[in-house]
Amino acid sequence: MIKLTINGQPHELDVEEDTPLLWAIRDTVGLTGTKFGCGVAACGACTVHIDGEAVRSCSYPVAAAIDTNITTIEGIGADKQSAVQAAWVAEQVPQCGYCQSGMIMAVTALLSENPNPTDEDIDDAITNICRCGTYPRVRKAIHQAVKLQAGA
Amino acid sequence: MAKLISRRNVLIAGGLIGGGIAVAYAFGGGDDVSNFEKAAKDGEYALNAWVKIGTDGKITVAISQAEMGQGVYTALSMLVAEELNVPIDAITPEAAPVDPKYANVTAVMDSLPFSDGHHNGEATVGAWAMKNVGEMLGLQVTGGSTSVRNFWEPMRHAGATAREMLIMAAAAKFGVTASDCVAENGIVKSKDGSHQATYADLAAEATTLNAPIDVRLKDPSEWTIIGKPQKRLDIPAKTDGSAEFGIDVKLPDMAFAAVKMAPVFGGTVKDWDETAIKAMPGVIKAVKVDNAVAVIADSFWRAKTAVEALPVTFEEGENADLNMDGIYKMFADNIAANEGRSYVDEGDTLTILQESDDVLTAEYKVPFLAHATMEPMNCTAKVGDNDVEVWIAHQSATLVAWLAEQAADVPAENVKVHSTYLGGGFGRRAEVDFLVMAVNIAKELRGRPVKLVWTREQDMQHDMYRPAALSRFAAKVGTDGSVEAWHNQVASPSITRQFTERLLPWAGSDMPDNTTAEGSADIPYAYTNRLMEHFPSPTPVPIGYWRSVGHSYNAFFTESFMDEMAHKAGKDPVEFRLNQLGAHKDFHDVLSKLAKLSKWDSPLPAGKGRGVALHESFASIVGQVAEVTVEGDNVRVDKVYCVIDCGTAVNPDTIVAQMESGIIFGLTAAFYGDITLEDGRVVEGNFPDYEMVTMANCPEIIVEVAPSGRRLGGVGEPGTPPIAPAVTNAIFDATGKRIRELPIRKAGFTA
Repeated sequence: MIKLTINGQPHELDVEEDTPLLWAIRDTVGLTGTKFGCGVAACGACTVHIDGEAVRSCSYPVAAAIDTNITTIEGIGADKQSAVQAAWVAEQVPQCGYCQSGMIMAVTALLSENPNPTDEDIDDAITNICRCGTYPRVRKAIHQAVKLQAGA
Repeated sequence: MAKLISRRNVLIAGGLIGGGIAVAYAFGGGDDVSNFEKAAKDGEYALNAWVKIGTDGKITVAISQAEMGQGVYTALSMLVAEELNVPIDAITPEAAPVDPKYANVTAVMDSLPFSDGHHNGEATVGAWAMKNVGEMLGLQVTGGSTSVRNFWEPMRHAGATAREMLIMAAAAKFGVTASDCVAENGIVKSKDGSHQATYADLAAEATTLNAPIDVRLKDPSEWTIIGKPQKRLDIPAKTDGSAEFGIDVKLPDMAFAAVKMAPVFGGTVKDWDETAIKAMPGVIKAVKVDNAVAVIADSFWRAKTAVEALPVTFEEGENADLNMDGIYKMFADNIAANEGRSYVDEGDTLTILQESDDVLTAEYKVPFLAHATMEPMNCTAKVGDNDVEVWIAHQSATLVAWLAEQAADVPAENVKVHSTYLGGGFGRRAEVDFLVMAVNIAKELRGRPVKLVWTREQDMQHDMYRPAALSRFAAKVGTDGSVEAWHNQVASPSITRQFTERLLPWAGSDMPDNTTAEGSADIPYAYTNRLMEHFPSPTPVPIGYWRSVGHSYNAFFTESFMDEMAHKAGKDPVEFRLNQLGAHKDFHDVLSKLAKLSKWDSPLPAGKGRGVALHESFASIVGQVAEVTVEGDNVRVDKVYCVIDCGTAVNPDTIVAQMESGIIFGLTAAFYGDITLEDGRVVEGNFPDYEMVTMANCPEIIVEVAPSGRRLGGVGEPGTPPIAPAVTNAIFDATGKRIRELPIRKAGFTA
C-alpha cells in the first residue's frame, strides 16, 4: 500500500511503486480533473503540485510522492475560487478545456514563485500545450490574476 | 448491413445527388414526441424537443451539438434564451439524447457541389432535395462549422414557441387574453400589472396546450442577447476540474483496457501469448479485437503495463512498403495521366495557356496531418446480454448509436449513448474506430463497463489524417493585373469516399467530393478563364475530416499562388486582390477592413515582412495579415490581424476566440505539422516529434468581427485556412523566398 496526501486528505493506494502519480490520482483516487495528455511530460495536461511545485504527474512515480503534500486542480479553489481561476473566467480562457487544469496548476505555481511575471517569464515557465490555442487569453489571464492577487 | 436495414425502422442512404454523399441513419421514426421530452423527470415539463422547465425554475435546453471548445453550448442556449426572454445564465444546457429531430441538415447540404449557390446561398433544386434528404435521415452530427447555421431557426423557434405557450397558460390562469400578457425574465405578467406567475408555475399547464405554429421571431433590433458577448456557460466547470470528458467517466465495477495495435495500416494480429501476462497485477484477461490485442485490467496503468509486456506478432499486410515519396509520386503520376475531374471550367483556359509564351507555373504540396486532440481517443462501453451502453466524447451521437448497435449486435432500442464534453474534436471525433474497438473489447467482459484509453502514440499513429496533397498552377497574368487564364490541378485522396467506405463498405465510390476542391474551385476572384481539376488519388493511409478540411490546404495553394501572380504583375498583393473582387462586395469589404486594421500601407523595418490571405470557408469570409520578423533562418510571427464576416454574430467573444484558435491551429500546421510514413507506419509518436506552437511563439492576434448581414456563416473552422499563406506570403515579403511546401521548416526556417 502506498500512502499519499492529496488536497490534505490521506489515501492508501494499492498500486505498484512505479505507477505514474497521474494514474494513481485519476483511476485509484478518482480525482479526474488532472488529465492524461501525452505520458511523456511534454504537454503539461497532468500538472499537479508537490509541496507547491508544479510537477508533470504522468512521468512522476507515485513512490516519489510519499510524504509530500500533493495538490490537484480540485484542491486549488476548494474553499474559494482562486485568483487564477477567477481570471480564467474573466478572460474566458478555456475552449475544449482539457488542458486547462494543467495550465491553471502551472500558472498557480508560477505566481507563487514569481508574483508578477514578465511576458518572457511566462514564455519560459508556461510550456503547456493547448490544441485549441488559448495562449493569448492565458497570457491576459495571468496578468489579470496578478492584479486580482494584488487587490485581494 | 441487410440485417440492420430489415431489423428496424432504419433509413440508410447514399444521397448521390449532384455528387454529395449523405450517409445517415434515423430511428424512432414517425414519433412526434422527442426522446428529450420522453425523458423529462417528475417536476420537469418539456415544452418541445429543446426546452424543459422545472417546477424549481430550472430551464434546461437540449444541445444536440458536441461541445468541443467552440462554445456551442452557450451559442445555442443564447438562441433559446433570446426568444424565451430569460438571461443566458438562467439556462442549463444539457446534452440532447439521440433523436432524428436534431438532424443537422446544413452539414448534409454543405456536401453539395459548388454550383449550388456556394457563394450566395441561392436555392436550387439540388439544395432543396438535399435538405429533404437530410431531414429524413436525421443525422445528428457536429462538423463543418454548421451548428449555429443549422439550429438558427429551430432553436429560436423553440424558445419563442415555449414563451408563447407560457403566455397562453398565464392568460388562461389570469382570465385575460394572451395579448394582454408579456413574458419577461422568467415571469409572465398581465399588462395591467394585476397578475403575474413564474415560468416554473406555468410550465405544467403550458405542456397541455397545443404549440402555436405561427410564432413571431424577434427582429434583430429587439435582440438583447444575440450579438452581445455572453460568458460561456461551460467555463466555470473547466477551471476547477469538474467538467467531465469521455476519459473521466467513472462507473461502478469499471474495468480498463489498453491495446497493442498493428503498426502498419491494414495489418492484422498474427499471434499472441496471454500466458506471459496472466499473473501480472490487476490483469483480468487479454482479448483480440480488430487489428489489436487488448488487456483488460483493474486500472489503466496495469492494463497498459501488461499489454506492453504481452508478446504479439502482426501480419503487416499489403501496405508495408508505403512511404511519402511513393505517395507524392502517385499524385504526380495521376496528374500526368490527365484523368481528372473538373470542378469548375469556365472559358477556354487550356487554349489560352497553350498559346501564351508567358505562363506562370508553380507546384505546391502539403503533408498528412494528425488531429492530436489533447484528450486521446477513449470510450467506455458496457455490453449486456441484449443491450449496450456507451459513454463517449463524440461529434455524432447518431453514428455512435448506430455503430454501437452493430458492434454489440443488439436491438436499436437497447442502445444507450451518454455524451460528454470533448477534449478537442477537430474532425477526429467524427470517426467511430475507437468506439467500435471499445464495444468489441467490452463484449469480452459482459456486464461490466470497460474504459478503453489510447496512448498518445496510438492516437497519433492511428489517426484518420488530413490528406497530403499536391497542387499545380499555370496562369496567364496580364500586365494590367488581370488574370486571363488560371488552371489549377490538385491531386489528393477523397476524404468523403474513405469516410463513407468506413461506415458502409458497399457505398464507397469514386464520386465527386467537395472536400477535394473546396477552397480552389470556389474562390471569388474574377479570372476570365478558369479550370480547376482534381485527380482522385486513393491511398490506404486512413484520412479524415481535419479542421477546415480541403480548405486547409487549398487556401494555402490558391492564396500563395495569388501572391505569386501579384508579384508577377508588379502589383501590391492587397490591391491585386481588390481589383479582382468587383462582383463580390462582401469579400471586398473584408479585405478593405483588413488593410485598414493591419495598417497595410505603413512601412515596415528591414527584416520584417507582411503577408495577406483572403478566404471563404463554411460560408464565412476571413482575411488575415501576418507580420513576421526573419532573422537568419529564424521566423517569428509577431502579429496576426484577422477580419471575419460570418453574416450575423451570435456570441462575438466566441467568434474572436475561434479566430484565435483557428489561427494557432493553422500556425502549428504551417510551421511544424508533418506526419510521415516509413514502411507503412507513422513515424511521429508524441508531441516531441509532432511539435506545437506554445506560449513562447504564439503571435499577438487582433480580430475584428465584421458581420455584414450576409447569410449566416460558421466560425469554428474558417479561421484556419488563411493563416499558412498569410505567413508564407509574409516570409516572401521579408526574404524573397517563396515557400511552396509545408511545413515551413522544410524550407530551412525555424520558428
